[in-house]
Amino acid sequence: MSQLTHLQRLEAESIHILREVAAEAEKPVMLYSVGKDSAVMLHLAKKAFYPSPPPFPLMHVDTTWKFQEMYKLREKAAKDAGMELLVYQNPEAKEKAINPFDHGSLHTDMWKTEGLKQALDTYGFDTAFGGARRDEEKSRAKERVFSFRNANHRWDPKNQRPELWNLYNSRKSGSESIRVFPISNWTELDIWQYIHLENIEIVPLYLSKKRPTVMRDGMLLMVDDERFPLKEGETPEMRSIRFRTLGCYPLTGAVESEATTLPEVIQEMLLTTTSERQGRAIDHDQAASMEKKKQEGYF
Amino acid sequence: MNDPIYQTDDLIAEDINAYLDQHQHKSMLRFITCGSVDDGKSTLIGRLLYDSKMIFEDQLASLESDSKKVGTQGQEIDFALLVDGLAAEREQGITIDVAYRFFATEKRKYIVADTPGHEQYTRNMVTGASTADLAVILIDARKGILTQTRRHSYLAHLIGIKNIVLAVNKMDLIDYDQGGFDQIVADYRKFADKLGIKDFTAIPLSGLKGDNITSHSENMPWYNGASLIDHLDTITLTDDKPKSEDFRMPVQWVNRPNLDFRGFSGQITGGSIKSGETVRILPSGKTSIVDKIVTMDGDLDEAISGQSVTITLKDEIDCSRGDVIVSADNPPEVADQFEATIVWMAEDAMLPGRAYAMKIGTQMVSASVQQPKYQINVNSHEHIAAKTLELNTIGVCELSTDKQIIFEAYADNPSMGGFILIDRITNATVAAGMLHFALRRSQNVHWQAIDITREGHAALKNQKPRTLWFTGLSGSGKSTIANLVEKKLHALGKHTYLLDGDNVRHGLNKDLGFTDKDRIENIRRIAEVAKLMTDAGLIVLTAFISPFRAERHMARHLLQEGEFIEIHVNTPLEVAEERDVKGLYKKARSGELKNFTGIDSPYEEPENAEITVDTTNMSAEEAAEHIVTHLIEL
Repeated sequence: MSQLTHLQRLEAESIHILREVAAEAEKPVMLYSVGKDSAVMLHLAKKAFYPSPPPFPLMHVDTTWKFQEMYKLREKAAKDAGMELLVYQNPEAKEKAINPFDHGSLHTDMWKTEGLKQALDTYGFDTAFGGARRDEEKSRAKERVFSFRNANHRWDPKNQRPELWNLYNSRKSGSESIRVFPISNWTELDIWQYIHLENIEIVPLYLSKKRPTVMRDGMLLMVDDERFPLKEGETPEMRSIRFRTLGCYPLTGAVESEATTLPEVIQEMLLTTTSERQGRAIDHDQAASMEKKKQEGYF
Repeated sequence: MNDPIYQTDDLIAEDINAYLDQHQHKSMLRFITCGSVDDGKSTLIGRLLYDSKMIFEDQLASLESDSKKVGTQGQEIDFALLVDGLAAEREQGITIDVAYRFFATEKRKYIVADTPGHEQYTRNMVTGASTADLAVILIDARKGILTQTRRHSYLAHLIGIKNIVLAVNKMDLIDYDQGGFDQIVADYRKFADKLGIKDFTAIPLSGLKGDNITSHSENMPWYNGASLIDHLDTITLTDDKPKSEDFRMPVQWVNRPNLDFRGFSGQITGGSIKSGETVRILPSGKTSIVDKIVTMDGDLDEAISGQSVTITLKDEIDCSRGDVIVSADNPPEVADQFEATIVWMAEDAMLPGRAYAMKIGTQMVSASVQQPKYQINVNSHEHIAAKTLELNTIGVCELSTDKQIIFEAYADNPSMGGFILIDRITNATVAAGMLHFALRRSQNVHWQAIDITREGHAALKNQKPRTLWFTGLSGSGKSTIANLVEKKLHALGKHTYLLDGDNVRHGLNKDLGFTDKDRIENIRRIAEVAKLMTDAGLIVLTAFISPFRAERHMARHLLQEGEFIEIHVNTPLEVAEERDVKGLYKKARSGELKNFTGIDSPYEEPENAEITVDTTNMSAEEAAEHIVTHLIEL
């Protein structure tokens, strides 16, 4: 062993970041979305603190509209890691029965953006790990590893601290909070390769299988439960599909695929020509929409 | 041009497992690109991403439409738009921060730090360069070496980047002329020699046309060297390792799941370690033997620089975050006074003497920086006299820390000699620094252990020592009230001493004036004297304006928890000015007296004073009584 491979370097860097937060933050939490990036982040946390369990809870800001298989893995993953699992659902969104079919972008605003703010404030977490990567989207390329939010959880791109070497400044005033992104420097390929190498458990939806689907507005949607309102003329059709990214099932487009193993998924990814986020309805709203959402407090 | 060049699509299609195996064994190279908007830097990076297939069809579609809308290349693809990030800068047409980009070839994975070329340059480039193994310095072939080329090269060299690529771009615009290229290389060599850059690789290219980017350009048959990608793929990063091969691991976190396991977690920043080897724990200096190198994948026989591990020792030794585990036979130095290069990164200029928080590795201490020995002009590299460091300036300064730190010269091991300074009030990262060496005076002054402790002094006086720190505007009544409080405490049989602002300036501090810098030094000395007297068991009363929060904070931290009692003598400016007992406000208003607190120098009110007295509704006597009553309760 004379030189570390790129994955070994990425792993060591992420572990360093996780430990810095554990040592310096007052009340950290790991935001867990049950997706593949969360899976890698959780795996890295287990490594960082082994043989201790990670010294912070996992928190899922739930919209009640995730895929059923995600809920199943969520419980198991937390249990396997020996971590407390907190699930937060915005009570107002729940009361008003906010859903992606009737409420459009309000669904994301209330369940996710508002829900996250409420969750952090409710529990008093001062530092939250997130699984965002810099290669995901243009506005993320400039995101710091330690990203500061004011008392209203807003992100000010002009007022972020310079990050030198591996010296992270985690000091903050009482009302501020920090989002920390331990896998900032990983690419989509790195994530898949690491899942493959380390045999990390992921939601089976990432692998192809025959599933009930409908085609709507150019997106291939999975009919995951009985809450899916079928329009006139729509009948669920069994198609061999998988997902490149997982969110709320009515907002997440599937791709038709025959890839039933991880190497096949990676193979398809490398030979394909559409980027990962295209499957998400949320980004198509307007130019630079992700940046706007971030300023408002979306992860 | 549409063919993906770096990724072996055939291999991916035919044998994905072979491809994955190849990808898994790739090494990583981090580099920084330096140049201004006009040098075609964004275009070059855009092309690297494009050619490595890091752009997908949907991104390409939006790139094509954007190119037509706001691009500068007519109907052609404007690669620069690809690396353009935030909405604000899209409108301005400039990039304003460090952005990180990713691409991979068959041999390596790359992380590119992309920094813009405008006035925030120094701060951004130093940030991007701090994690880079290599720098690509772009030059516009039509313009040759410019002031900014010198600046980029100087900063790359300052941060210790040993691998430099001189990318002479826009060769298409000088008709691929060899003479033009050779002249630029000769000019640069002269300059590089002077700066101490030992070696560099010059490549003639065109980011726009794709010449010498991924393969040898037919437009420049006279060039025999490697294309940019070939060079990056094959360069051995000889000098990127620390000179010191000795084992170093700053302890980040103590891993203690149960009573039977006690591990020290950290990332190795130098050398390697095997189980069974002897290590030393600094600063205690105790030695022990490595029992196990623990990871979730099983115990390791050996771990090397760059790895994050957990180490257990054979002996029960005190070791916590901020300590450094090192090889027993060649430990780094420990000191508290240094010379360092400092890059100032905040809008507020450096205040010589002010205590900043300093993070070096996992050590967090308090550090004060002296007036710069000199500032460095980043364009001409001349040394200039300077009283302070402003945003984006670089200087060489002496600094002292409140306790000893474990360090090595930055040039020998960047992770043991690079540090950041943090403002204690705003919590902003205000500077980056690189330690040169420890000052001799600190090595020779040892702390003398004394048998009679501070507890002993206090016990004999039968009192709890304290420093009562009165702060408030001139004329607020600090001295009057402090004097009354001392009389009352004296009457209660307490041993006290009053340090008064005016009186101290007649003696101990008579060499100091009223500039911000002198005010900071004034308070530093008072705080140190108050600390000694508190150690001696006294109840010390200090009555100084002490206008800055940071210095009062510093004084508080010199003392033990609970010993520092901040008393805010709260008098509104109008009231103090109305009183004007010494006639000073009048002088300040007329301009006769400069830097007067409240008039042309700020007073930062305490945020959490232990005691506040409002002199507009309390007499001095009542205020003193209030304070004494409060003290008895504390």
